[in-house]
Amino acid sequence: MEFISQHPVLVASVVKTLVLLFIVMTALAYLTWLERKVIAHIQSRWGPYFVGAHGLLQPLADGLKFLFKEDITPPVTDKLVYMLAPFLALSLALTAIALIPFGPPSVVFLHGQQAFSVADVGIGLLMVFAITSIGVYGVALAGWSSNSKYPLMGGLRSSAQMISYEVSLTMSVIGVVLVAGTLNFNEVIQRQSGPFWHWNVLGIHNGAFPQIVGFLCYLTAAIAETNRVPFDLPEAETELVAGFHTEYSSFKFAMFFMAEYANMITVSCLATILFFGGWLSPLPDSWAWQTFLPGAGLVLLGIYCAYDTVTQMRGIARIQLGVVTLLCFGAGLLCLIPAVASVIQGPFWFTTKILIILFFYIWMRGTLPRFRYDQLMSFGWKLLLPVSLANLVITAAWLVFGARHG
Amino acid sequence: MSLPVLMFFVCGVLAVTGAILLIWAKEPIHSALALILVMVSLAVLYLLLGAPFIAAIQIIVYAGAIMVLFVFVIMLLNAGAEEHTDFSRLAKYIGLPLGVILIFWAAHWLWRSPVATAEGTGGLIAGPDSTRNLSVQLFRQYLFPFEATSILILIAILGALVLARKEE
Repeated sequence: MEFISQHPVLVASVVKTLVLLFIVMTALAYLTWLERKVIAHIQSRWGPYFVGAHGLLQPLADGLKFLFKEDITPPVTDKLVYMLAPFLALSLALTAIALIPFGPPSVVFLHGQQAFSVADVGIGLLMVFAITSIGVYGVALAGWSSNSKYPLMGGLRSSAQMISYEVSLTMSVIGVVLVAGTLNFNEVIQRQSGPFWHWNVLGIHNGAFPQIVGFLCYLTAAIAETNRVPFDLPEAETELVAGFHTEYSSFKFAMFFMAEYANMITVSCLATILFFGGWLSPLPDSWAWQTFLPGAGLVLLGIYCAYDTVTQMRGIARIQLGVVTLLCFGAGLLCLIPAVASVIQGPFWFTTKILIILFFYIWMRGTLPRFRYDQLMSFGWKLLLPVSLANLVITAAWLVFGARHG
Repeated sequence: MSLPVLMFFVCGVLAVTGAILLIWAKEPIHSALALILVMVSLAVLYLLLGAPFIAAIQIIVYAGAIMVLFVFVIMLLNAGAEEHTDFSRLAKYIGLPLGVILIFWAAHWLWRSPVATAEGTGGLIAGPDSTRNLSVQLFRQYLFPFEATSILILIAILGALVLARKEE
C-alpha cells in the first residue's frame, strides 16, 4: 500500500495498461468473429455456428488451435529477423492503442481523478503516427527474412504501398489539426463539443471548415495502410499464396493476424477522435435521458438474447446463450445506476463509433474486389495525394481569410 | 536512481550498441536494423530532454520513412552478406588513437560546458507548448533559412527525378 501511495501515476498506468491489454486482446478475438459473421451474412451463409451459441466460442477455439499447432521455421531463414518481425508488428500495433483516450480526461474513479487513456501526451497524434510508421518493418522484415520468393514480393509490395499511403494519411489529417489548433487528442475532441454537426467531419461552427473530404481521404488511406480489402495486395492469395506471412505458422502467424486487427482498431480510433468527436455524445447536452442509453442498449440486447435462447437454441447452446443473456442484463442494470452511467458515457459512445467504422471496414471486404497493383499506386499518388493536399490548402485558406471575414 | 536517469543510460547504451552493430554486421539488413535502433534510442533521449515534438519527428522521418526506403532498396537489390577486411595500417596506428582522443576530448568539454550543469536544457522547444514555440520560431524568426531549405530540398527532388527518368 505504501508503494501505491508513493507512486500513484506509475501504479495507475500499469493497472490501466493491463486492463487495456486484456480488453484489446478480447476485442481482437471477437473482431475476427464479427468479421466472419458479417461476411457470411453478406454472402448468404451462416458463418461460425457450432462452437458455442452463434459461434461465440470460435475465437477461443481458434486461439487454442494456434497455440497447439506445430511451429515450423524454414531452415534457410534469417533466424533473428524472422523472430523479430511478428513481435515488432504486434507490439507496435498494441503500443499505439495506449495513446488513445477512450473517455474524458478526468473522471472520478475510486476517490481519485483518472483519465481514460494510458498516456495523455501533448502531441498524441504525432506519437501515434510515429509508432504506426515503424509498424511497416514487421511486414517488410517478415517478407525479407523468410528467404522465399512470395513473401519477398509481398513484403516489397507492402512497404511500397504503406510508404505511399502514409503520405496521404498524414496530409488528410493535417486539416483537422489546423481546425483544432492542437495535436492533443483530448483537446481535439473538446473543440468538437456539442451535437453531431459540430464534429470535424461536418464542422459548421466557429468558422471551422468541414473536413468531409479529409475524412474520405483518411478512410481510403487508412484501409490501404492496414492492408485491407480492396488494398490487400501484400497478401493477395491468388498471386502471392499469402504474401509476407506465407512462411509463418502457428502463433507467429497469429501474431501477424492480431497485429492487422489491432491496426484496424487504431485507425478506427483515430478516425473517431479526429472526425467524429471521440467520446462525445452525438446528442445535445440538454437531453438528460441519454445517460441511460448504454444500460438501455444492453438490456435490449439481453431481451433479444433471451428471445433467441428460448426460441432458437437447443441443448448446450441454450445454456451458453443463457449465460450471455444474464451477463447482458447484469451489465445493463449496472449501467443504469447513475454513478456508473456517468462514468460509462464516454467509453460507450467511443466504442459505438469505433464499431460502426469497423463494420464499414468489414462491409468493404465483403463487397469490393481487389485493386491491381499499378492501379493502386497511381490511385494513391495521382488522385488521393492531390485531393488531400487540396483539402489542406483550402482548409488553411479558409481559416486565414474566411473565418476572419465571416 | 530515478526513472529518467535510468532511461537515459539504457537508451544511451542502446544507441552506442546500435552504432557499433551497424558497422559490425555483415548482413545489410542487420546494419539497417541497428541504425533504426540508434534512431529510436535517440528519439527517446530527445523525449527525456523535454522535446517530444523533435522525438516524434525523429521517429517519423528517420525511422519511419528514410530507413524504410533503405530496407526497401536492400530488399529490392537482394544485397548479399559483406566481407570484413583487415584494419588498414593507417586506421590501426593513427585512426584508432585519434578516435579515442576525440571521444575523451568531447566528453571533457561536455562535462565542463554550461549545458551539462544547466537545470533545463531544452530551452524554447521544451515543455508542453513546444510545438507552438517551435513553429513560431520557424515561421517568424527563421523564416528565410526555413524557406531556403525547403527550396533546396525541392531542387534535390527535381534532380532525383531527372536522374531517375528513362532516356527517351
